[in-house]
Amino acid sequence: MNKNVDEYPVIWLQGAGCTGCSVSVLNSVSPTIKNVLIDEVIPGKHVNLRFHPTIMAGAGELAIEVLRDTQEHRKGEYILIVEGAVPTAEDGVYAVVGEEDGKPVTLLSRVLSLGANAMAIIALGTCAAFGGIPSGSPNPTGCRGVMDTFETHNISTPVINIPGCPPHPDWFVGTVASILIGGLPEPEELDEFDRPKLFFGSLIHENCPRRAYYDERKFAKKLGEPGCLYDLGCKGSVTYADCPLRLWNGGVNWCIGNNSPCIGCCEPGFPDVVSPFYAKMEEYLPQGGEK
Amino acid sequence: MGQIIIDPLTRIEGHLKIEAMVEDGVVKEARSTGTLFRGFEIILRGRDPRDAQRITQRICGVCPTSHSTAAALNLDSAFGIAAKIPGNGRILRNLILGAAHIADHILHFYHLSALDYVDIGALGKYEGKDPTLNSVKDFITRGELGPFITRYNDDFRLSQEANVELAARYLKAFEMRRKAQEAAAIFGGKLPHNIGIVPGGVTAIATVDKIASFLWRLNELRDFIDNVYLPDVIKVAKAYPDYLEIGAGCKRTLSYGVYELETTEADLVRRKRLFKNGLVSESLELEPLDISKIREEVRNSWYAEECAGKPTEGKTIPTPHKEGAYSWIKSPRSDGRVCEVGSLARVLATYVGGDPRMRELVDGALKEIGVSAKALFSTLGRHLARALGAKFIADSMPAWLLELKPGEPAYIDYEVPEESEGMGITEAARGALGHWIKIKDRKIALYQCVVPTTWNASPRDDHEQPGPIEQALAGIKIKDEKNPVEIGRIVRSFDPCLACAVHLLSPKGTEIGRVQVC
Repeated sequence: MNKNVDEYPVIWLQGAGCTGCSVSVLNSVSPTIKNVLIDEVIPGKHVNLRFHPTIMAGAGELAIEVLRDTQEHRKGEYILIVEGAVPTAEDGVYAVVGEEDGKPVTLLSRVLSLGANAMAIIALGTCAAFGGIPSGSPNPTGCRGVMDTFETHNISTPVINIPGCPPHPDWFVGTVASILIGGLPEPEELDEFDRPKLFFGSLIHENCPRRAYYDERKFAKKLGEPGCLYDLGCKGSVTYADCPLRLWNGGVNWCIGNNSPCIGCCEPGFPDVVSPFYAKMEEYLPQGGEK
Repeated sequence: MGQIIIDPLTRIEGHLKIEAMVEDGVVKEARSTGTLFRGFEIILRGRDPRDAQRITQRICGVCPTSHSTAAALNLDSAFGIAAKIPGNGRILRNLILGAAHIADHILHFYHLSALDYVDIGALGKYEGKDPTLNSVKDFITRGELGPFITRYNDDFRLSQEANVELAARYLKAFEMRRKAQEAAAIFGGKLPHNIGIVPGGVTAIATVDKIASFLWRLNELRDFIDNVYLPDVIKVAKAYPDYLEIGAGCKRTLSYGVYELETTEADLVRRKRLFKNGLVSESLELEPLDISKIREEVRNSWYAEECAGKPTEGKTIPTPHKEGAYSWIKSPRSDGRVCEVGSLARVLATYVGGDPRMRELVDGALKEIGVSAKALFSTLGRHLARALGAKFIADSMPAWLLELKPGEPAYIDYEVPEESEGMGITEAARGALGHWIKIKDRKIALYQCVVPTTWNASPRDDHEQPGPIEQALAGIKIKDEKNPVEIGRIVRSFDPCLACAVHLLSPKGTEIGRVQVC
């Protein structure tokens, strides 16, 4: 085989998260996860996932060497994917990713050093994008999103936020494919929270199949009933994502399709500003802050 | 040159470090360290109790469905509706959880563990015509292997043909675990982090189209379990018989039981479940489960001493600089005794408890391999118990689907009480899972979770008894200290919900090698 294939180096770090983003990406239908990792996901282009803390087959030293090598020799060429929030309290002691010279290295320090030298960062999932669940009040470990962390440390590498708890696999694969085809997105392709408009361009509410109920003021009073779920705490009217059109898990279902109110998992401030999840929006003061 | 490993998947969830002291090639002592702390119990305090079900799922993206089940059971009991869940709600919960467990079992064997036994590098020498296998061969030939860097392992024992066959199944297993998650999403809304399981039942309405759609994904999964997964585990067990002996650990298992078979019994310990609860020791006797005897100890954990106690009394006060402590994991013990949790515990409780279908299943597999039931207490015994557990649940589900009453509600409404307490015990694929709540002023006053990996990867307790993984590693012969495949195989058989780094230390504490088990 002498095929000319461009290799795109990718480093995937996991911080204060739950691996749900990784599991969701495994659910990608077309392309499949095998297509993404093994095949040329775009003809002539291969996603070369060089480091995934829990995928690495090799020895720890070898794994750490990949990080060093990528940071030094592929400077400005690699994409850094961060899954999970960055704990910043107590100098980041609450999340450690491997060791260097026998000393534990915090995720915070890894994100900063790898981030400063990357071509771009994909903050995958609401934790990496905005802090997410671990940053929920009182945020015991000082969790923050990647962009927020970068601002404090004056790092200006571009960040693309793909929130969602978890994010839909298409949002991730589609964003990666768009970089492979056309390079980094132009500013106008991202919204004010640096989310690709392609996926986060409209409110759940705008495309919701129950919208007609809302317009006719027919509201469900109990889970499982027909009607708009607004009174049951649905946050679809403040949440930007294409779930109603894209559907989940191979198109079998989605949250509102399952008679469950949207919990606003793609929004900055999740979970605090969109909870209590079952409370009607104008009837509560969100956790830990202003409305 | 080493062999090439193709491993495009997460092989252990989270952050865990294991230190093993090795002397003359034998592990003298091992220490298991959890290195991530998020403080869920602290975040939950003061919130609307109903939100616990949404938030606790986010503890783990690999087993969120189990957390949502534990949380829903916990809230059912706190809200006083544990004996009032509609029949459809009970069944739909079982179906969502069952499909998610099947996905987890398949993932654990093929994607997290099989590469310790199967040389996928064999595909580099593949000469056949299968287009999928040839696409992997192309990938290997291109030489930019990404995370699949060469890993030295001179202990692969399957033939070239068997390696190629299992490699193909490794790829097929991706598809099967995805379909199992799709099945769960039919009634769960989406996975991971389903939205369907709630206190009061399930939000979905079972309709005939959904039932049929679920059934045919299930049929495909059952075919895979019967004709691929279980035979593959048996094939590996026959090729690596020593792993049916080593890695046993504490030889005492604990199961909470799972999959509700009745709706009217509020007490979860007495409620009839498909997998039975109880403790089983090496003598294969079943001891009743006594929740009041479960206590978490924290002497070697980075928590203040007052955090020890029953889960209902437990506090979470992190002390990251505590002298002598070495883990973010607490040490749960039952009556002061170390217990292993997992599919092995469920299968043993059900088997020793005399379930005829489970007896036939387990005895048949043991006979085929040529070992006795005691061999289940071992590294590959755990894998066998997972495959058997997957078959047991998958075979139970078609009848449940037909038991559903299409169109009927699966949810009952409730009031959040001013003050209350609750408990939700169930099983994640990787073992016993418990949630406890105290409600005051309609808010969460206390929420505690004791997760499976807390049992299995626990550090030494107040009496310096090592945890199950620590015990399973003690005494293990390491052939090559720089590549301790033995440790990886044993640790992974527990399916820890954490990423592991293994450090090999000489008795004086000098590091002689470092290997990341992941």
